[in-house]
This record gives sequence, C-alpha cells and structure tokens, in this order.
Amino acid sequence: MFLTITTTGTTDRPATDLGFLLHKHPDKAQRFSTSYGTAHVLYPEAHTERCTAAMLLEVDPVALVRRRSGKGRGGAPDAALARYVNDRPYAASSLLAVALRSVFASAMKGQCAARPELVGRPLPLRIEVPVLPARGGGALVEKLFRPLGWSVRAEPLPLDETFPEWGDSRYVRLVLEGACDLAAALRHLYVLLPVLDDAKHYWVAPDEVDKLLRAGEGWLECHPEQRLIVGRYLARRGALAREAMARLELERLAQTDDAAVEEIDNAVDEAADTEERPVPLAVRRRDAILGVLRSTGAARVLDLGCGQGQLIGALLKEAQFTEVVGMDVSMRALQEARRRLHLERMPERQAQRVRLLQGSLAYVDGRLKGFDAAVLSEVVEHVEPERLSALEYAVFGAARPRTVVVTTPNVEYNVRWESLPAGRVRHPDHRFEWTREEFRRWAEDIGARHGYAVTFGPVGPEDPEVGAPTQLACFSREDASARGGGKHGTKDARGSRGMSGAERVEGAAEASRAGGGPVGGKEAAA
Amino acid sequence: MTDGNRTSGSQPGAEVPAAGAESGAPGPVPGPAPRALGVPDLSLVVLIGATGSGKSTFAARHFKPTEVISSDFCRGLVSDDDNDQSASGDAFEVLHFIVGKRLAAGRLTVVDATNVQAESRAQLVRLAREHDVLPVAIVLDVPEHVCAERNAARADRAGLPRRVIQRHQRELRRSLGTLEREGFRTVHVLRGAREVEDVEVVRERRFNDLRHLTGPFDVVGDVHGCRAELETLLDRLGYALVRDAEGRAVDAVHPEGRTAVFVGDLVDRGPDSPGVLRLVMGMVASGRALCVSGNHENKLGRHLDGRTVQHTHGLAETVEQLAKEDEAFRAGVATFIKGLVSHYVLDGGALVVCHAGLPEKYHGRTSGRVRSFALYGDTTGETDEFGLPVRYPWAEEYRGRAAVVYGHTPTPRAGWLNNTLCLDTGCTFGGKLTALRWPERELVDVPAERVWYEPTKPLAAEAPGGADGRPLDLGDVAGRRTVETRHMGRLTVREENAAAALEVMSRFALDPRLLPYLPPTMAPCATAKPSDEADARGEGFLEHPREAFAEYRAAGVREVVCEEKHMGSRAVVLVCRSAAVARERFGVTGASEGVSGAVYTRTGRPFFDDRARTERLLGRVRDCVERAGLWAELDTSWLLLDAELMPWSLKATGLLRTQYAAVGAAAGAVFPEALGALEAAAARGVDVASLLDRQRGRAADAAAFTDAYRRYCWRVGEAASGAGAAGPGGLAGIRLAPFQLLAVEGRSLAAVPHTEQLALIDRLMAAERALLEEAGDAAPEAGGPAADRTGLLAPTRRLVVDTEDEESVAAGVAWWLDLTAGGGEGMVVKPVGALVRQPDGRLVQPGVKCRGREYLRIVYGPEYTRPENLRRLRARHLGHKRSLALREYALGLEALDRLADGEPLWRVHEAVFAVLALESEPVDPRL
Repeated sequence: MFLTITTTGTTDRPATDLGFLLHKHPDKAQRFSTSYGTAHVLYPEAHTERCTAAMLLEVDPVALVRRRSGKGRGGAPDAALARYVNDRPYAASSLLAVALRSVFASAMKGQCAARPELVGRPLPLRIEVPVLPARGGGALVEKLFRPLGWSVRAEPLPLDETFPEWGDSRYVRLVLEGACDLAAALRHLYVLLPVLDDAKHYWVAPDEVDKLLRAGEGWLECHPEQRLIVGRYLARRGALAREAMARLELERLAQTDDAAVEEIDNAVDEAADTEERPVPLAVRRRDAILGVLRSTGAARVLDLGCGQGQLIGALLKEAQFTEVVGMDVSMRALQEARRRLHLERMPERQAQRVRLLQGSLAYVDGRLKGFDAAVLSEVVEHVEPERLSALEYAVFGAARPRTVVVTTPNVEYNVRWESLPAGRVRHPDHRFEWTREEFRRWAEDIGARHGYAVTFGPVGPEDPEVGAPTQLACFSREDASARGGGKHGTKDARGSRGMSGAERVEGAAEASRAGGGPVGGKEAAA
Repeated sequence: MTDGNRTSGSQPGAEVPAAGAESGAPGPVPGPAPRALGVPDLSLVVLIGATGSGKSTFAARHFKPTEVISSDFCRGLVSDDDNDQSASGDAFEVLHFIVGKRLAAGRLTVVDATNVQAESRAQLVRLAREHDVLPVAIVLDVPEHVCAERNAARADRAGLPRRVIQRHQRELRRSLGTLEREGFRTVHVLRGAREVEDVEVVRERRFNDLRHLTGPFDVVGDVHGCRAELETLLDRLGYALVRDAEGRAVDAVHPEGRTAVFVGDLVDRGPDSPGVLRLVMGMVASGRALCVSGNHENKLGRHLDGRTVQHTHGLAETVEQLAKEDEAFRAGVATFIKGLVSHYVLDGGALVVCHAGLPEKYHGRTSGRVRSFALYGDTTGETDEFGLPVRYPWAEEYRGRAAVVYGHTPTPRAGWLNNTLCLDTGCTFGGKLTALRWPERELVDVPAERVWYEPTKPLAAEAPGGADGRPLDLGDVAGRRTVETRHMGRLTVREENAAAALEVMSRFALDPRLLPYLPPTMAPCATAKPSDEADARGEGFLEHPREAFAEYRAAGVREVVCEEKHMGSRAVVLVCRSAAVARERFGVTGASEGVSGAVYTRTGRPFFDDRARTERLLGRVRDCVERAGLWAELDTSWLLLDAELMPWSLKATGLLRTQYAAVGAAAGAVFPEALGALEAAAARGVDVASLLDRQRGRAADAAAFTDAYRRYCWRVGEAASGAGAAGPGGLAGIRLAPFQLLAVEGRSLAAVPHTEQLALIDRLMAAERALLEEAGDAAPEAGGPAADRTGLLAPTRRLVVDTEDEESVAAGVAWWLDLTAGGGEGMVVKPVGALVRQPDGRLVQPGVKCRGREYLRIVYGPEYTRPENLRRLRARHLGHKRSLALREYALGLEALDRLADGEPLWRVHEAVFAVLALESEPVDPRL
C-alpha cells in the first residue's frame, strides 16, 4: 500500500518545506514500526519546485492471518480476513489510515515546532493513491472529496486485463489536487480511506467515536455525505460481533465450493428491499395476513420462514394468538428475530407464547403438526421450483394445519416498479416470481391434492391491468370440522374412492383389537 | 380328556395350526411305550402338585438341572434354608427374576413349586406372556398318602403337618378345571404315581421354527388376488405350474426344488382371490410352499367362520368370488387359514418371513401380541389423513441379525432397510408383484396387468423419498446425530454443523433425489521438512511428494497411484441412460421431471444455472458411456462419476472477482508506482537499496500469483467459440476430467482399484475421440463448436509408484516436479487398492494431495515462498483435517453402499447430509 503527497513551490516558498510539515527529512528514508508492518517514508523527488513524499506500508500477510488471538485488537476477527490471499498488502485500506496517523501524528495535529509559520497555510497539493478500494466506485469518491475542495480523479482499475469481461475491480486510482492545509488533507485521508474501503475494520474500538470527531473537526460537520461517512466509519461495530458468531459454519461451506460467503449467507437482507420504496408493502402484507388469521379464529399459528420475525411481533400483540411458532432455515435470521423481538427481555407470560425454531420445509417435520394456521409469507419464491413438491408435502400433506396463508409477489406488477429493471426479479434470491394465473394454478392443484379449499386476494394497491403487487392465497382444510385424521376432500367429492367415517377407523380398530393380547382377543379363536 | 392330555385350541392369540401347517415333531405316540408329553421347545413349564407329589424328581428326570428353578432352591438362596416358609416372598421374587431372564434369553424354563394357587400361577402366565413364550402346565395329581409317605421319608419335611398336603390337594382339584382359562396353552395331567413315572417329555419344535429348512426360497410379496401376475411371477422364478382338469393352477414345482414362501395377503381387492388360494393351498399342501397369515386372511377367516366383519378393503370382492366356488373349497380355505402361522424363522435363523414385520425380540416367539405385530405391524392406533392406520416405522430401528422379509405396506419399490425388506409393491394397485430369491438376495418382479383396485392413498408421495416409503424427515438430519457406517462405526455430527448444513441443503442444493453422494474432503500430505538451504534460495517447499510416499509406506501401502490434480471445481456427475431411468430409479418427478441426471458441486449445488447446459453435458457423457459399452458391461442404466470440471473460473467467478483477481489487480497497479518512487529516491542518493530489492521481490511474487490463477481461467460457451457457434449453454471450453466411477445400479465401485477405474475412464475418453472423429467425417464443413471438436472429457495423467522402491519414488518426485513446474495444481496420491485398511483395521487415507509450489500461492498468498513466511507456514496442524477426511470418506462410502443396496432415500440422504455437515467443522481452510 502506497501513497504520495506532492507539492510545488518557489524559491521563497520551497516545496521541500513539506519535509518540515511532515517531520520527515527529504534526504532520508525512514522506517516506522506499526501494528501491521513497517511503514517507510521517503522522497522520490525533493527540490524547490517539487517535492514528493511517499509512504509505503509493508504489511506482513502471514502475521495478519496468524495474529488471531486478539480479536478486535488487530487480530483477524473473521475468516474472511484470515485469508493469506488478501489485498491488504497492496491496497490503501484502513491499515494505511492507521499508519498515516501514527507516522504523521504531529503533522495531522498541525504541529510544526521548527517552522510554525508553515502550519495552516494552504499548499498546492497533489495526492496520489494508486490503489484505493472504493465501495461505491469513482462516483462516491467524488462525492466525498469534492465538497472538501479537492479536484478528484478516480479511475477504475480493471480486474484483469486478460479477462476484460470480468469488468472493473473495486479499486480506483485516485488523484486529488487542490490547495489545502496539509493537516486537514491528512485528516481527510485518515477518515475517508477506511470509509471508502468499507471493509471490516477490525480496529473499531470504543474510542473510535472520539477519534472520528477529532479527525473530522472543521470539515465533517458540514459535509453533505456526513451520514454515510459516520455510518460507514462506525457502523460495523455492532454487526461485527454478530457476524463473528453466525457465519463461520456457513463460511466454511462457501469455501468448500470456492464461493464467496455472501453468495450463501444472504438470508438477512442488509440493503432495503427494492419493493418497499413506493409503499410500505410489507406492512400491508402483514395486515392482510393478520386479517385472514383473525377471521379464522386461529389461536396456534406457525410462521414458516419467519425471517427476522416482523410478523411474529405483530401476532404477539393480539391476544387471539396464544401460541406463535416462528420457523426459519437460517440461523442468522432467527438470531436477528430473537434480537428484534427482545426475546431475552420479554415478560415470561408473553415469552411463553412464542417459540423460534430452525427448520426446513424441504423435510417433513413432526413439530409442525396440530396447528390452527400456518403462514408462508414471501417464502415459496425462495424455493427452487424443483423442490416445491417437498414444501407442498411438508405443509399440506404432513403438518396439515386448518388454514394456510401464502403470499408471494405478483410478477405482472413488476412493470410498475420504476426502480426494477425489466425482466429482473424483486430480490436476488427469488428463484421465480409468478403471475396471478401461475399462482392460482399452483394453489388450486395443491388444494385438490390435499383437500383444501382456496381463496385468493390482492395485497397492496390494485392496478386494473396488472393486479396488486402481492398476491395472497388462503387455504382452508375441507374436513376441518371433522375430528382428527381427516379424509381426502377432493376424492371424497368425487365420491368413488372416499371411505365412510366408520370404515376409516376400522383398520385401526381391528389392529388394536388384535393387539389386545390373548385375553379378550378374538382372532385366534376364528 | 380321557388320556389327560389336553391341548387347548381355543386360547385367544395363541398359535394353533389345526391343519395344514406342519408341526416339527410327531404327536403322541400310542402303544406300550411311555406316554409322550409334548412340550414346545421354548416354553415356561409350570409343575403343579402338592408337596411330596414328586415334582423335583420329575423335573430332574426330564429336564436339565439349569432349566429347573425351584422355589425351595430360591428359599435357600435368600435364607440358607430350603424350607423357610417365611422367606417365600423374597424367594418367589428371585424365582420370577431368574425365570424372566431365562425366557428373555429364549430358554425353556421349568418352575418347580407347588403352584396349586391360581394367583401364583397367574404371575407365571403373565411372565410367559411378557416374554412371548407359551405357558405349559404339568399337573402331578398324586394321592395324599403317597405325598405324605414321601415327606415322612425326608428328614427336613418329616414334621410337615398332614393338613398342608390336604390343603394342597384341595386347591389342586379346584384348579384342574380352570388351567386353560388361566392361559396355559398346553395342560398335561398325570394321575397317580404310576402315570407320573411312566411318561417321557418330548420337546416339540414351535410351529414358527423352521430353521432346519434352508431353501433355497423364493419369498413372494402381497398377491391380493392377482392370480395372473402370480402365475407369471412363478414362471419367471422357474416354477412349472401344475393345472387341474379345468386348467386351473393347483401347484407349482421348481426343478431345483426351491420353496416358495408367501408373506400373506393372498386375498382381497384383486380379480381372483380363489384362484390364488387354490394355487397357494396346493403348493403348501404339496410342501412346495410355506405361507404366513396376512391380516386379510385373518379377516377372511373370521368371515368364513360366520363372524361379522365389515366387507371393506377388498373383502367384498373376495366374498363375491368365493360365492361362486363350492362349499368344499370354502371349507378348505377356512381350514387353510386356520392353519396359518404368523411368522417363520428359516434358514438356520438367518431369515424371518412374516406379513407386516417383526422386531428381533419377537422372532420365534409365540403370543397374541407377536401374532398381532406380525399381522398388522406396529400400529399406533391413530389413522392418517386417508383413514388408514398409522404404522410406526419399526424397520427404521431394526438392528437384528436375521433378515426380515415382509409385505403389508405398499411401496413403489422394494428396497432393503436395516436388513429388512418389504415386498409389497402394490400389484393390485397397478404396481408390481415382487419376489426375493433367497439366499441370492435377488429381486424379481412382474408388473401388474392393470390397476385392479384404486388405492386410497397415492402410492408415491410427490415429495422426495415418498417413492421409497416415506418422505425425508427433519429428524433424519437435524440436531446432534450419530450415523452408523459400515466402514468406521458410529460417526457424530454436531448440532451447529447440522444447522449450517440444513441451511445450505435446503436453500441451495439440488433435489435430494438427485444427490445420492457428496465427495469427502482430502487432506494434504504431511508438511515438507524444512531445508534451510533451499528455503534461503527461495526454493523451499511446503508440500512435497516424498512425504506422501513415506506416509503410505508407513501405513503398509506399497502401490500408490499418482493422479494429476486438475485445477477446476469438484463435480459429481449422475448420468442416467434416459430421463425415464432418472424417473424410475431416482424417483425424479414433478418439476424435475425430464432431467436425465445431475452435475453438482461439493456442497450439492447444481453446477449450471440452466438445465439445458447440464443436459448437454450429460448427453455427451451418456454418448461416451454408450459407445464404450459400459451400460451393458457394468449392467446398469445409470452411473455416478467423481470428476473435476474445468475451468475453475466457471464456478469460482465470484471468488475470483472478490478475491483472487482483485488481489492481482491491486498488486499489479501498486508496484509499478511504488518501485518508480523507490528508484527515483535511489537515484537521488537516498539509501533505499534493501527496501527496493524487497519490493521488487514482492512485485515478482505478485506477478507469479496472477499467473498462477490465470492458468485456471478461460472462457466457455459462447464467449469461447465466437458468437453463435456454440450458443448460450454450449459446452465449448468446458472440460470434464472424471477420475472415479463411484456407483452403478446395485453396486458401489468405491473399492475397485484405481488402475481399473482409470482403465474404464480411458475407454470413455477413447469413445469420445471416436465419436468426434465420426462427427468430423460426417460434417467436415460444419466445423461444430470448438468444444465439440476438442472434446469434453479430459484425461487424467497418472503414474504408479512403489513406495518401497527408492527409484520408483524418485521417479514419482520427478514426475510431480515436472507436472507442477508449469503451474499444475499438483497430484493426488492414492493407494492403488482404493479402499485399504491398515493392519490394525483402521482405514487408510483414500488419498492425499500434494500441491504444486506455484499453485500454493493461490492458497497461502503470493509471498508464501519467502523463507520467513515458509518457516511460519510450516507450523500447520493436519490432525483435524485428516480425521475429517476419513470421517467424510466413510460417510461417502456409506451413502454409496446404501444407494447400491437400494435403501430408501432418507437413509442415503442421512449419510450425504452428514458429509455436508462435517464440511462445516472448523478446519484450517487452506489444508
């Protein structure tokens, strides 16, 4: 990782004054130990007209990985950083920011004992960072530095010129030019390099807020992107601990497949849903589901694919629902649900009404039997079409709640989302999105196979042409009034293969009679 | 009752073949010889008689001393005094305990106590039932004066008051009439001292004990009145049908003297129950068949007996059909049914045949509940959504040594599970009629001629596993679990690992029906020994083949094969001969219908997003298998292959972008500028020489790293062959390097030596070349897509090394150096014998990888070869990785064995899931 700071000068204001301001002599190469390796300061050019100071940080990649003991104190907090193949030795990341602060501490504070008159004077500066990781790309780099008076050039670096189809990397080559007080310039870099990097800064410590306030003095207060800067600079603190807990097993499974962990650990959405923007559709969906559940008189409710538990929270607010069980396949989602519902702090009586389970609708699950209602809200579209038959059996064949409420996007409505490119699904994990007709056919087939009557309804503003953004189906078990067991509704309707209630239990009665043992049994006497 | 020998025919629940069934021992022998007292060879014999009636003498004469437990002896045990009546309570507790233990172990036991009181006998009857053995009563009715004389002659009983004997006698008389009602299956009454003297106890084989018959057998599943199919099946099995004057089949004879065994449910639902009965009754009568009772025979028997039963579940059809037969036939049927036993133990105890299944503790036992289990299975008393009784899956917990072959529960396909086999393949519902050849363990089936009876419940649930009996259950995979493996015993999966696997399996993996196997991880060879000199020159190794050879030599493996390691992504290929085979064998239905196999990654994810490309690849592999003649040679219609799919960039694009190429891009951009600055500073006279030197080295390392990953990246499909040629979903540029045939129908190939494996794979390669040449000849102008000309299959270079031979080892090292110098990933060293154990029985690592020096930059970072880095990196711990590799290997083998044995999907999936779960154990990912 490398950057240069260049200034120009004249005879009465020689450029080499930079050496005084930085407290580093232009004719020497100096080295400094920092926590992640050795920082070198040297001047490739130093004369009156131009003077360039270069800082080169030699990162020890092995030490970076191996120093794992001190989590949050320089050790690698997660497996992602524990890779030997790591851009840290090459890119201007948060490590470089830390090195800047320790090597140029006085300069950053604006102290210069030898030439105090130089302090605070704007210099013509040119700062070059050959490899700057920039999440958000050149545009964000502009947005961050231009308001500070810099003229910005941020050229994206290609990933690999032999494979142009791979596109650009997340790095830019950054050149900043402008007249700026050196201390301020260093502080800009100190804060904005890690913000752009947006990697897991494992160095976020409790005093980080103070550091940010100090370094941001005089420019951050009125920066138009202040929220983003502060957010990114500090945001990962809370998330970090959670991540360290939940992701490791999945991370290893991703590694097994040479895949990035984000490809599979994506059950909890960090970015907002595209679809939520125009109307709070999620709220309307929840209201629609609650309405259906209320009308069925359900008391014991399953939320299958409960995600982060928003519906569970709503259900708990109503006394009608005496038992609410949320199930999800993602441990991370359940963790998030637990946190959001404040399960740990919930009063005991209320906590007794709710349970969270890890489970999967790819399997039959005995724990799901005997409920009044099950909700599958925005779940089916996350299942591969080939595997829907398993879900169908698990819910309608095995668990068989009296009522099943299913919601799913109506793909016809997608043309009404301005932000959604044509042909794209609403969420990257959606395996499909159905038209109203497709959904109807699927639901009615299930109803016929498993003895449920189905009704449909729109959720959200209904468009005369393309319908509502979300579609809802309510399945009611046709034998729900009959006791236990139940028989096959459709077949019964056809009449021919249905069996009378008396016949139905006969097999069992016969078996139990014979099972009664020698005394009282009749069959051996036959 | 004149002979005083009564056999109760009316005891409920007991096994009483009145006719037709063979009893192993002769009945009472008339004549002057001593009277024979029949006693089933596993029973609880209760002697009943007053004190002094001669019970102990009788017992000693007819039974082994260890078979007789006397109350006097037990009194002695607890009180040191055989006659201490005050110790009776404790003594009987001991007696019952010992009797219970003996009966549980299946040993005939004689209770020598007065047993003249009904309540003391009731306890013994209960004990017998608890252990499912028959209680037998032998009454010694000896005159009072004889008893008194005998007691007087014994010092310890001389003082016994006369009234005690009198009381015993009174109680005995009162008991005589009630013994059968009390539950005694056989009652022998011996009157007078003479009669007691003049008998001989004859042990009778139980009706269900046919261990002496060794077959060979043909066990036939539920026929349910499908006479035509039964005749076809018997014909297929090699039986010659014997017909009566009217052309009706009345017997069937096998030229090799085989015996047919019917699992019951001959009748109901089907078109010709009388015809089936006529044939089977004839075969049983002529000794060419055995038959156990099914629940349907039981019900029909009750009907024929004049009892009221509901004419449901197909009984109505049978009754109607029987009405057309004459009275004699119906009477014969009734007799036949009365004689049916609930189960048979055959072939030295290796085979148990019954109708609905039987746990081991019931094998060879006789009681009402044994019969009920054998006829109805383990019912819970509940009914399911179709109104049918819910059956507890007893076979899932069966661990017995005897194979249990049964029927009763219709299933689309007969498959072994825990040494049990259900043969009911729903012939009457339009399925098939299936038979098992024993001891060959071959299945023979004939399809139903039509649907004779509409099933109440669909035969196959659409859900995965439904076609094998039951859909996958969360209990098969979730939570902390132990999986039993043939090769490594019980292996444990931890809860957190199962949780992660559940997420990946549910959200990203293929339909489990198409996922019969996941490959195990592989450990690297031991870390190369440090060499200061080589390290200093920058030529040190982290992995070196010498260690791999040494390791196998130490494990006693002499011949190893070095196989080139292709740097792509691991791919398992399941290729079926047709989509129909995928449907039939793997139960692929519903939305997956039409696929002819699968290509998936190490975590079970489909390799390609689009089905068309998958099918194209499968099509090519299929053509090669066809051309090489392997379908026929391996007698299979599907093949499971372990392979490497290239290029790496095909699947690892995400990782390349976020990690490998990104690092390369960053390094590539930063060094020119950093070096420029250093050179400028040096030119100014600043002393940066050593720093500059170091940075140049790092720059070179980074460039080597970029070269390393680039070697494994190339374009595929449309991009590879130019616009239009291959089209999207084309195979151009894609290479598949198969290196092992894992399984075919009925057989796991995991233990086939690698040299043979590779020879088979070479034939696939040759087949593809031939196919391409033909295609080229046919259309020289068309010049098809590039890959279609270069071929999909990539060869795997290999070298066999003798680990004991230094020269051979040196050749192996040289081969590897050559292979890796150009950036090759390295090699895998495997024992030629594939599945090999050490002398102490432990599994040998199935392979160790030995990765190339340049390749390892991708793993350990661009600068790993620097001496200071190498030194630290050599401190790596292989123990966990090696243990993990072996455990996953054993689970993989288990999945293949279960697949080969035709076990139900949940059993195969259990092992597959466990491999995935273990893969999330915390192991250094660089190993």
